[in-house]
Amino acid sequence: MSSINDLILVIFVLTNFSLLGASQMGACVRLSAAQGMLLCPLPLLLPQDGFSLRSLLFAVGLFAVKGIVFPRLLFRTLRTVNIRHEVEPFVGYTASLLAGIGILALSLWVAGGLQLPTSQQLSPLVLPIALSTILTGLFLIVGRRKALMQVVGYLVMENGIYIFGIAVAQEVPFLVETGILLDVFVAVFLMGIAIFHINRQFDHIDVEKLTSLKD
Amino acid sequence: MNVGLIIPPILALVLAPLLLGIINRTKAVFAGRVGSPLLQPYYDLRKLLGKGAVYSKTTTWVFRAGPIVSLAALVVATLIVPFGGCAAVLSFPGDLILFAYLLGLARLFTVLAALDTGSSFEDMGASREVLFSALAEPVLFLGIAALAREAGQVSLTHIPLADPRPFLSLTQVLVAVALLVVLLCENCRIPIDDPNTHLELTMIHEVMVLDHGGPDLAFILYGAALKLWLFGAVILSLLLPAMNLILGILLALAGMLVLAVLVGVIESTMARLRLLRVPQLLIGAATFSALALVLELGRNSP
Amino acid sequence: MSLLLLGLYVLAAGGLLALVTARSPRLCTALGVAGAVAGSLCGLVAAGVALLSYRTETLSWTWDVPYGSLTLELDPLSAFFAIPICFLCALAAIYGGPYLLAHRQHKLLGIPWFFYNLLTASMILVVVARNGLLFLMAWESMALASYFLVVFNDEREEARAAGKTYLIASHLGTAFLLVFFLILGHEFGSLDFARFDRPLPSATANLLFVLALIGFGTKAGFMPFHVWLPEAHPAAPSHVSAVMSGVMVKTGIYGLVRTFAFLPPPDAWWGETLIGMGIVSGVWGILFALAQHDLKRLLAYSTVENIGIIGLGLGVGLLGRSSGNNLLLILGFSGALLHVFNHSLFKGLLFLGAGVVVHSTGTRRLDELGGLSKRMPWVALLGTMSITGLPPFNGFAGEFLIFLGGFEGILGYGSVVALLGVIAALALIGGLAVIGLTKAFAITFLGQPRSEKAAEVEAPNGLMTGPLLVLATCCLLLGVLAPLIVAVILPLIAELFHLYLPIATERKVLDPLVGIVVAAMALFALAGLLTGLRSALLAKKEVGQSATWGCGYALPTSRMQYTASSYVGPVVNFFLPFLRTKREIVPPTGLFPSPGTITTETQDLPKEYFYRPIFGSVGWLLSKVRWLQHGYIHLYILYVGLTLVALLVWYASRM
Repeated sequence: MSSINDLILVIFVLTNFSLLGASQMGACVRLSAAQGMLLCPLPLLLPQDGFSLRSLLFAVGLFAVKGIVFPRLLFRTLRTVNIRHEVEPFVGYTASLLAGIGILALSLWVAGGLQLPTSQQLSPLVLPIALSTILTGLFLIVGRRKALMQVVGYLVMENGIYIFGIAVAQEVPFLVETGILLDVFVAVFLMGIAIFHINRQFDHIDVEKLTSLKD
Repeated sequence: MNVGLIIPPILALVLAPLLLGIINRTKAVFAGRVGSPLLQPYYDLRKLLGKGAVYSKTTTWVFRAGPIVSLAALVVATLIVPFGGCAAVLSFPGDLILFAYLLGLARLFTVLAALDTGSSFEDMGASREVLFSALAEPVLFLGIAALAREAGQVSLTHIPLADPRPFLSLTQVLVAVALLVVLLCENCRIPIDDPNTHLELTMIHEVMVLDHGGPDLAFILYGAALKLWLFGAVILSLLLPAMNLILGILLALAGMLVLAVLVGVIESTMARLRLLRVPQLLIGAATFSALALVLELGRNSP
Repeated sequence: MSLLLLGLYVLAAGGLLALVTARSPRLCTALGVAGAVAGSLCGLVAAGVALLSYRTETLSWTWDVPYGSLTLELDPLSAFFAIPICFLCALAAIYGGPYLLAHRQHKLLGIPWFFYNLLTASMILVVVARNGLLFLMAWESMALASYFLVVFNDEREEARAAGKTYLIASHLGTAFLLVFFLILGHEFGSLDFARFDRPLPSATANLLFVLALIGFGTKAGFMPFHVWLPEAHPAAPSHVSAVMSGVMVKTGIYGLVRTFAFLPPPDAWWGETLIGMGIVSGVWGILFALAQHDLKRLLAYSTVENIGIIGLGLGVGLLGRSSGNNLLLILGFSGALLHVFNHSLFKGLLFLGAGVVVHSTGTRRLDELGGLSKRMPWVALLGTMSITGLPPFNGFAGEFLIFLGGFEGILGYGSVVALLGVIAALALIGGLAVIGLTKAFAITFLGQPRSEKAAEVEAPNGLMTGPLLVLATCCLLLGVLAPLIVAVILPLIAELFHLYLPIATERKVLDPLVGIVVAAMALFALAGLLTGLRSALLAKKEVGQSATWGCGYALPTSRMQYTASSYVGPVVNFFLPFLRTKREIVPPTGLFPSPGTITTETQDLPKEYFYRPIFGSVGWLLSKVRWLQHGYIHLYILYVGLTLVALLVWYASRM
């Protein structure tokens, strides 16, 4: 069991690094979708609930929303907004990758220091990887110029929070999870609309140019 | 019901114009003239009551109501003021406040009637009058407060009747002087105002009633006499010792005579003050009241 | 109580319906007014019944908010404050209908009616709320609703600035109230008023007193927290000004009285502080009032003055409480409460009257008005007589009781200087109020018109004059009915402070009032008699009409009259150190003289010398940190991320 967990988690870290290094927005969206899909089996692998009907339904729902709905919404936004499909980062790709390594190291150290009660059956890697995913998502939001990338960063953060929840919770509180999922869904939807309108108003979705609004 | 209760109002209503006559006679004596008869104000009133009236087109009901409400307020005030040891008809704790405010009501309606005419003369008089009376009210109140504390009572009737009551204490003298200044101010006597002329320099009270004539003017004249009597009665009742009925009334009447002569003397020997000085005079009177209060507060026993 | 709730629902419904039908001005006005009037009447009846029958009814629901509970209670004190609220709001709504309809071309009328109903409902809720959280919510919604009403004429810069000042001041005051309730909750473990029953240690009580004084005092308009009043009340539409001046500031007084009820008997300095604030507010307030050129601004300052008088009454009552002198206590508090009631009536009358003047002539400048009484309802003059506190109108009774409290108090030993201050201040205020209010209304209504604006006016709508007449009648009637009202107030006060009131003490308060009524009756009788006498005398004589005597001048004009500013010239000159009026004179020049001008301006001194420097230095300080506000979203999120990382590192390193 733990070996499958470890495999999933390692692939997860690799997707994080790919996100940091990707230069095409379509690729970023697909990577975040892949991350979501990777997360689906995790509740099934939880020792408490195991293969119950509830966790199966939940996994399927997660797959549907993160793997299908979100990417479609984001791709539709990409199509309607007439922009170039490069990421255009503030922080260069090489620097981003180095930062990603730094984030991983930091997460490992912090997770060791935090002494959170995690379930023994899960791999001890879960906590640091959750933290690193959250921080990667934050980095994406801060370090990328286009508003759509910030939505992607937000989704990555949500993935990280989800893993964190699984690691720390005794039992996955389904209501909370579905609630969070609904929030994220609505947020992505609204952000898509907002990006569309920003673009219509300003002919770009370059967040940096929006600083002129501050006065 | 004590029959002595109606003596103060009747005396006031009957004898008030005589005060004006006495004052005028005193001034005439000082000026070396014979002067008008003592009963002249009564003759004037009779003449005015028999005349017709002319009203200005600018005026409204306010102008016609002014003299009436003023006089009514002053007559009601006679019901509150005691005289010569007789209690007032209407007495209750705090009636001194009602007294001051009834005078204020009379003043307000005179001012309103003046403003109603739309003439700059009346407006001038009104503007000066409201300032001086605004400054005179605190003097009146503080003075009476000092006396109230000395007597331990808060009714005009009961202050002179308080027992034991010192006679001519320093407090009383100080307050009497302050109230005398207020009397001169409120009744438009020199040194605040000259009741004889209508010159712009001296326009305060006399000018506010410039457009009234006939019965209205009679009411105003009579009201002015009543006001003088009332202030005199207040000052006397605060100063004179309590005595039995007849003696008290006689003493009080004598006191009113002395007061009228005193006012006449002041009017004859002083010149009118510059208008800028009048507030200073009133502030001076206020210090007298304040001194009286300090004396009272310094004393620990009521 | 259920009737009160019904009233609240009707108000809400009226407001919402007005908002929904905003497109059609007449319909939304009708709905808004109907909702306001019906809801207020329900509230009025409910409050009247509660007050006269001395019943206290409580309604309570649970509320999920922590420390909150939906507890409403209509006890006699709440009912006493609710009555003027409902009454004035209903009348002002009737007045406001035609008033706002004049603006229907360029404004959506549903919005002010929505906020008006919300304001009325919030005010009622403030006085019946029995939970700190509910109280604060109602307080805040009252402030917000009135803000939106103040900025109704938002095309004018003055209204926008006034709204901003009002909002800032209101929230500063509410901040103090927040701390106030926090401390109370901490002491008693709950925010329900019913649980505030233990006496508190004196240090806490002192702190709570100061917080309540500032918090509630800001809303009430005590100096120096009054700076929003002279800005907001003139800028708002007249019916809103009437409601704000008449009843909204009284919710501050309600808060203070309620606070005194659940704080223990105080030290003397509480009463003395309140008296001091009352003296400053009263005297300085009326001084500023009479220096104004704008009619509504004058009335706003006059509200500050009357709040000062109420403060004097509260102070006298507190002194009575601290020294155990029950007579002083009931004189002071009953005077204050009676003045609260009366002030709402005559201030409402004055503001509505001013609104009629402004509406018809189009100007608020006093120097341009005059001679309006021939064309317009002059009933506002009756308000003048009330506000100057003259018998037999209703303004006298409240001031009389406070005066009497002062006099009774100086017979004893405690805090005599403060009580002397009360007497002197009330005397001075009375005299100055005559000047100020005759300037406001006598100059306006009497004499001759001083400009064309005043000369060509049309009579106002009947719906606007109706409420004026009702209020004026109340002013006259309540002057005579004062003993009855005080008879209702006295048990209220006794119950509030847990006193036993012997009949002898009650008589000491009521007998003077009865004496005043007797004097008033004599006054009316005599006035009637004299009128009859005069008519009889003039019956057979010639009664003529002519022009006012002009000293023989050949070409008199209306500009020769004293203007409002010249009327108060002597007073302003005398009190110049307190007013610091700036004069600007442009003399006529040349051989054929060109017109000259003289301009005077009196600024609000606490605002100029206290608030402006403070706000200025705070602004300067904050401008130094402006560089943080660069507008880059990334950096803002980076700040968040860095904080998160820092927290994690710090926490982890501690383990």
